Amino acid sequence: MIYLTRRAEFSASHYYHNPAFSAEENRRIFGKCNNPHGHGHNYTVEVTVAGEVDETTGMVLDLKDLKAVLEAEVLQRMDHKFLNKEVPVFASKIPTTENIAVEIWNLLAAKLPSGRLHRIRLYETGDLFVDYYGE
Amino acid sequence: MVSLTKRYRFSASHRLHNEALSAEQNSRVFGKCNSPYGHGHNYIVEVTVRGPVDPSTGMVMDLGLLDRAVEQEVLERFDHTYLNLDVPNFEGKVPTTENLCVEIYNLLRPKLDAGQGNGRLAKVRLEETSSNSFEYTGAPAENRAEAMRDKK
Repeated sequence: MIYLTRRAEFSASHYYHNPAFSAEENRRIFGKCNNPHGHGHNYTVEVTVAGEVDETTGMVLDLKDLKAVLEAEVLQRMDHKFLNKEVPVFASKIPTTENIAVEIWNLLAAKLPSGRLHRIRLYETGDLFVDYYGE
Repeated sequence: MVSLTKRYRFSASHRLHNEALSAEQNSRVFGKCNSPYGHGHNYIVEVTVRGPVDPSTGMVMDLGLLDRAVEQEVLERFDHTYLNLDVPNFEGKVPTTENLCVEIYNLLRPKLDAGQGNGRLAKVRLEETSSNSFEYTGAPAENRAEAMRDKK
């Protein structure tokens, strides 16, 4: 079994707000992330695919295909977007780094041409990242 | 389950020396790390917490709680200190990065696990230099309990 990781970057803005909480609770829980106009990050996403090496190609999967899927499913949806307003799933779900990582998993898991999605690692900054393994 | 990792930095000095060993043995075992006045590192500590995402906040753990715990338990205690003399944690224990990594885990675990959210401390990874790093995920018994909990 080989694990292959491809990295991509996108820039997006978000804010944290739960309409079930009062304005004061939202400010207390989410702090400056509650600013309604949003704030942005340069996200780095690492997609790790696990699989057997194909004997005829020496590859787990064709990197061009992985790049294309990542581009179509993630970057086109999220790059240079205000996640709360422009990505439908985040209309009802707070676009925390945790939830974005899970969403990226959900977008990619069924679309890989070969291999099995193993991990999504999403960096919000160089000092903060989350890992999701699909369960 | 999602794991969240945050990275923090502190600078400290240490000397690897065991009183129970002779001067020659200390020199042989610890090499230049046995230099009598100590030497320093810029440490990077990565703290990983793991748990289900709270649907009302979208978070595994309140980052403010994590920051405060690391600030109080790790950074205020160890930053800009000589680990051998300035903190009681290494009395009778060599302040290797292995021991420091375990110590940080043990300091953080009760603070983080007492938080109201679902996240629990899963791992401490400590970089002494960009070439050397150490990881601790708790005592074996804790890991077994954790594995049992995850299975349920």
